[in-house]
Amino acid sequence: MSGAVAGTLRFRASAFTQRKLRFERVAGIVFAVMTAAMVVPLVAIVAYLVYHAWPILSLDFLSEVPRQGMRAGGIWSPLLGTVYLVVLSLAIAAPIGVLAAVFLNEYARDNWYTRVVNLAVVNLAGVPSIVHALFGLGAFVMFAGIGKSILAASLTLAIMTLPVIIASTKEALASVPMAFREACWNVGATRWQTIRHVVLPNSVSGILTGVILQVSRTAGETAPIMFTGAVFFKALEPGALLGYGLFDQCMALSMHLFTISTQVPDVPEALPYGTAVVLLGTVLLVNALAITLRVYLRMRKRW
Amino acid sequence: MTPASRRLADRVVEVAIESLIRLCGISAIIFVFGILYFVFREGAGFLFAGLDVREFFTSPEWYPTSQSRVRYGVLALIAGTGAVTALAMLLAVPFGIGAAVFVSEFCSPRWKEGLKITIELLAAIPSVVWGFIGLTVMNPLIMVVFGVPIGLNVLNGGLILALMSVPIIVSIGEDALKAVPDSYREAALALGVTRWQLVYRVLLPAARNGLLAAVLLGVGRAVGETMAVLMATGHAVTMPTSVMDSVRTLTATIAAELGEAPVGSDHYQVLFIIGILLFTITFVVNLAADLIVRGRRRA
Repeated sequence: MSGAVAGTLRFRASAFTQRKLRFERVAGIVFAVMTAAMVVPLVAIVAYLVYHAWPILSLDFLSEVPRQGMRAGGIWSPLLGTVYLVVLSLAIAAPIGVLAAVFLNEYARDNWYTRVVNLAVVNLAGVPSIVHALFGLGAFVMFAGIGKSILAASLTLAIMTLPVIIASTKEALASVPMAFREACWNVGATRWQTIRHVVLPNSVSGILTGVILQVSRTAGETAPIMFTGAVFFKALEPGALLGYGLFDQCMALSMHLFTISTQVPDVPEALPYGTAVVLLGTVLLVNALAITLRVYLRMRKRW
Repeated sequence: MTPASRRLADRVVEVAIESLIRLCGISAIIFVFGILYFVFREGAGFLFAGLDVREFFTSPEWYPTSQSRVRYGVLALIAGTGAVTALAMLLAVPFGIGAAVFVSEFCSPRWKEGLKITIELLAAIPSVVWGFIGLTVMNPLIMVVFGVPIGLNVLNGGLILALMSVPIIVSIGEDALKAVPDSYREAALALGVTRWQLVYRVLLPAARNGLLAAVLLGVGRAVGETMAVLMATGHAVTMPTSVMDSVRTLTATIAAELGEAPVGSDHYQVLFIIGILLFTITFVVNLAADLIVRGRRRA
C-alpha cells in the first residue's frame, strides 16, 4: 500500500526540467572536451619528443661537447651557457625586482604616480621578446659598448624577467597580514626594520617560488639572446665548468635547438630531439619544483 | 653606542634604504622608456630621412637586399602577423574560455588543482620547443592530412600560437570568473537554474570585461611571439590568401634578418623601425587590457 503511494507520488522532472538537465550535461561534456583539447596535446607532445630522443639520452650526451659541425657529440657547451645566462640574469633581476615590489607594496600610496609605475610593469611584461633583443642590441651591445657577450645577454634577459618577478613578489608581500606590520611599528621599529625583520621573512618562500619560476622562463628564451650574446657554435672542453668568461659569447640550449633544427643540414634526427627533451625537461622540472614548493607552503600556512 | 647616536644610525640606514627602494621602484618606468628610446635611436636616422612611410605601410613588397631597387614594404608582414594571430585567436578564445568555465565551475576540486597545474606547465614550454614541434610534428601532419607540398604555413603557426596563448586566456579568464561575487551565483541557484544556465546567463555577462582582457592579453602574446612562428610558418613574404599559404610575420622578419644586416645600414634601421611598430601594437593591446581590468575592479 505505502509502496504504491510512494510510486505514484514520486517526484518526476517535467519535460522542461529534463531538457534543462540534459542541456547541462551536454555543456559539461563540451567544456570538458575543450579542456582535454589542451591537456592531451601537452602529454602527446612530450611523449612524442621523448620517444624520438630516447636512443640518444644518456649522461654522455649531457657532458660531451658538440662535434663534427654539431652533427655529433653532446650538448655540454650549450647547457653550460644556459646555466650562466640564467644565474647571471636572475642575480641581476631578483634584487631589483624584489625591491621594486617592496616599493609598490610597502611604500607607494594610491596615487597617479603609483598607477604609472604599475602600468609600466604591465607593459614591460607585454613587450615582445624580439623587441627586448633589439633593445639589448641597441643599449648594451652598441651604446654601452659591452659587445655581444654573456653579460649583455644576461642584462637583456634580466629586464625581460623583471616585471614578472615584481608581480609575483608583490603578491607574496601582500599576503603578509597588515597586523604583523602594525605590531612591529608599535614597538618602535622603523619602516625598513619592519620590512627587513617581519615582512620579508614571512614572504620569502612566496618570493622564492616566483624567482624559481623565472629560471624556467629564462632558460627557454631564444630571441632576446640571439643578437646579444648567443652564438651558433663555440668550442669548449668537454665537462669544463668554467668554459665561458663574462665578456665571451656563449652557446645556449634554446639557441642550439634552433640552430641544429633549422640552420645545419644533415643533422642526425635524434640530436635535435635530445636537445629539445633536455630543454623541455629542465623547464618542466623547475616548474614542478616551484609548484610543489607553493603547494607545500600553502598547506603549512599559519595565518 | 649612546641612544642618540643609535637613533641617528638607524635614521641614516632608513633614508639610504628607502632611496634605494624608491629607485628600484621606478626601474620599470626607466626600462619601458629605455626600450623605446634605444630601439628608436637605432632606427631614427632612416625613419626621418630616406624611409618612404607610405610605401612602408601600403606596399607588400619586401626586398631589403635587392640589387636593382630596394623596397621596404611591410604590408605582407603585417598581413602575415594578422593572419596567424587571427587564426590562433579563432581557436584559442572559445577553447580558452570553455576551459576556464570548466575549471572554475564544472569540475571537482580535486581535478581543478591538477588541471590548473597542467595548464601552467603548458604555459612553461619554451617558444623554441613549440617551433620545433611545428617543424617536426605539425609539418608532416599537415602535409599528409591536407595533401599540400609543404606544411609550414598559416595553419601550422596558428595552431602552435593557439596552444601557446590558451594558458593565458584560461588563467586570466578563470580569475575573472572567480571575481564574480558569490551572491550572484547564490541568487541564480536559488531560482533553480542549472550550472549551464548559471554560466551562460549570469557568469559570462558578469565577467565580460575580465574575459575580454584575457583575450587581449592572448592577442598580445600571439603578436609578439617570435621563435615559434619563425620556425613554423615558412619563409614566404606574400599576402596570404588561404591558411595553406606560407607567410612571414613582423617578429620573424627581425629574427631572420637582423643577423645579416650590416650594422647601421638602411636595412638594419628598418628592422628597428619594425621593432617600434611591434612595441606600439603590443603597448596599445596591453594598455587596453589593463584599462579594462581596472574598470572591472572599480565597478
